[in-house]
Amino acid sequence: MATTDYETHEHDVLVIGAGGAGLRAAIEAAAQGASVGLVCKSLLGKAHTVMAEGGIAAAMGNVYPEDNWQVHFRDTMRGGKMLNNWRMAQLHAQEAPDRVLELERYGALFDRTKDGLILQRDFGGHRYARLAHVGDRTGLEMIRTLQYHGIHQGIDVYMECKIERLLKDGDRVGGAFGYWRNTGKFVLFKAKAIVLATGGIGRAWKFTSNSWEYTGDGQSLALWAGADLIDMEFVQFHPTGMVWPLSVRGLLVTEGVRGDGGTLKNNKGERFMFNYIPEFFKGETADNEEEADRWYTDKKNNRRTADLLPRDEVARAINSEVKAGRGTPHGGVFLDIASRRPADYIRKRLPSMYHQFKELAGVDITKEPMEVGPTCHYVMGGVRVDADSTAATVPGLFAAGEAAGGLHGSNRLGGNSLSDLLVFGRRAGLHAALYAKNLGGQIAVDSAQVESIVRDILEPFTRSGSENPYAIQADLQETMQTLVGIIRVESELKEALKKIEALKQRAGKVRVEGGRTYNPAWHTALDLGSLLTVAQCCAMSALERKESRGGHTRDDHPYTDDQWGAVNLVLRQRDGSIELRREPLPQMPAELKVLFQERK
Amino acid sequence: MATFTMRVFRGGPEGGDFKEYRVEAGEGMVVLDLIHRIQATQANDLACRWNCKAGKCGSCSAEIDGKPRLMCMTRMDTFKEGEPISVAPIRTFPLIRDLVTDVSYNYEKAKQIPPLRLKPPDADGKYRMMQEDIDRGQEFHKCIECFLCQNVCHVIRDHDLKKSFSGPRFFIKIAGLEMHPLDTADRTQFMREQAGIGLCNITKCCTEVCPEHIHITDNGIIPLKERVADGYDPVMWVLRKLGLTKK
Repeated sequence: MATTDYETHEHDVLVIGAGGAGLRAAIEAAAQGASVGLVCKSLLGKAHTVMAEGGIAAAMGNVYPEDNWQVHFRDTMRGGKMLNNWRMAQLHAQEAPDRVLELERYGALFDRTKDGLILQRDFGGHRYARLAHVGDRTGLEMIRTLQYHGIHQGIDVYMECKIERLLKDGDRVGGAFGYWRNTGKFVLFKAKAIVLATGGIGRAWKFTSNSWEYTGDGQSLALWAGADLIDMEFVQFHPTGMVWPLSVRGLLVTEGVRGDGGTLKNNKGERFMFNYIPEFFKGETADNEEEADRWYTDKKNNRRTADLLPRDEVARAINSEVKAGRGTPHGGVFLDIASRRPADYIRKRLPSMYHQFKELAGVDITKEPMEVGPTCHYVMGGVRVDADSTAATVPGLFAAGEAAGGLHGSNRLGGNSLSDLLVFGRRAGLHAALYAKNLGGQIAVDSAQVESIVRDILEPFTRSGSENPYAIQADLQETMQTLVGIIRVESELKEALKKIEALKQRAGKVRVEGGRTYNPAWHTALDLGSLLTVAQCCAMSALERKESRGGHTRDDHPYTDDQWGAVNLVLRQRDGSIELRREPLPQMPAELKVLFQERK
Repeated sequence: MATFTMRVFRGGPEGGDFKEYRVEAGEGMVVLDLIHRIQATQANDLACRWNCKAGKCGSCSAEIDGKPRLMCMTRMDTFKEGEPISVAPIRTFPLIRDLVTDVSYNYEKAKQIPPLRLKPPDADGKYRMMQEDIDRGQEFHKCIECFLCQNVCHVIRDHDLKKSFSGPRFFIKIAGLEMHPLDTADRTQFMREQAGIGLCNITKCCTEVCPEHIHITDNGIIPLKERVADGYDPVMWVLRKLGLTKK
């Protein structure tokens, strides 16, 4: 085979990524009559959505009739420390209930209320029990439901296929180029519209709940194609990841443990979260154990337990407890549900957690507390999109789910990710299909683009260097973990950027052995390009934002600053270098502002 | 820290052999950790699939010392130090390379299953289902599609009847649809003629290897077999469609 041979497929809409957002986008685009291709790096049904545990946030009012979209909107904005794109947050809160019901009509079996409706559970930052769920394996239910609905919609699925670059037709998007992981052969997709639904960037950190796939592909593809990214400094460290054994450090422990009654304790047995209630949340958070415990069953007369403050607050609190010497033997804190709920209840509500701790740590969570600590989990930033259409700043390009930025502001509430995937996955599929329909003529892709991409892809086999791709990845993870972690400071961020630059140089000298058939060394080498790009974007933005807000805490600028609260940081690549600029936050209309004046 | 000898299959469709690697295992490590160590330090191109590393995605299926397991859920402290541990690809599917096999058969079978056909909602536009009516369906929905059940099923593994047989994974998928309180489709003919449920002789090998402990045979396959047998009886069929017997 000549090295530049490739097969070609043509679609109206190409969706890259087959988690919740990608699948929902593909289903919607197909429903619009578009010819749809769906590309995924892994096998279908293995994307990161499968690991989501707690639930889908939607103000359905099945458990608390008082709940409605305005309350959900308000919670989301406050959780994001008001940096959210208000319009995205509004659409999200308004449409999430319909998207959940739609999943039910596709065959999902959510846990039920006594009346036979969808049961909803408590989660951090949500005023009411709001998360539609299936025990603690909601993501599995969601991806499987979409997957099995999707396979009957005439969508062409390209599994274990990795997109390396987007192709342009003039200023607009015209397709994508990549390779089959199985064979190493090349593939070109011509498409009028492309939806990026590739998830996050968490593979750049050492202790992470994210899998090998989360290498910032969508963010990088968009950036390289000339699109804007926003809010890349905001990375969520989920407060409760496993800390021991080391081999599973970072593995997620669902917030549902706290939603269902679990509490965080330090090594003195204190429920320390009551000492970390910020001014911003004082009005709605219980400041004593008695009120907090009453809240689980009586939300009208009690304020929410401090254990369920938004994730950024809890992660920082755990970090402080450990630093102060009040941590567990393995450097975390205790998460105790054993002493607070009956064993049967725990096994019924949290079967995966029970299984995970039993099998991997030898801990019975119905008898002993878990040891947990922060783990890199989610990036709030991403491709800058139009709220209603999910259109990126390059014509024909759309983005949804974790790959897109804006909805969650500086910090995402638990449960708002799965709902994000459904709401904006559908919108992306709809608007991509409409865009493709309205675009007359044929797509033309310049073959010179392809030749240079092919050269880049094959270089690791031929160049004379001797760098090991796994070693570079590990060094990047160490760098991001120690220098661009939960607590940041100017000198370390500067050092991180220097190190990332040096790692880029080393990545240019990676040499891989073996052939092109399913060669993980080669795949890892190629993924370094996007991983280093998003790491740089994150560190650059984190250095620029001189305040602390949500998933960005600066030791040298420890307070939120209203001036910074009025701007987004926007990244763009021009002539090979990444530019950073500040842009004013879109202003919320008066009728929504009112929602924040009440209940002060 | 204990040192293990890992005998890992290396090769492709044209042939291959086990290769030995000496690897150190830290506390709590699983087989997948050691495979990753080999990849990072000794054999960069060693092919394996994985995603979640938590028993939730079903990507890292392999035959470890001959037993079909998930590599991410097989702890090293269950092995004796000093005894070599073999890691081979699941045998039933065509080999691509090293530990990676071509599981596309499963995705083809998935497409054939007649999907949910929903009954109309209640008068207020809502659907209601009682928890006790969906408990069984939720058990089947726990499936992580690791395909270990497909791998050990005699009909697929030894008799290679892939063409006329869907396999245990898809029997519980069908069972989940058949027992769905809102479903109205009839899959009896499909089960009999295309899914080949009659070929299953209930040896329960599938149930034994299921990492999610789903009662594939007892709760899924046997009720389906009964339903197919009932399907020959037109009276039962009419009663069932009228909702006069338990669906």
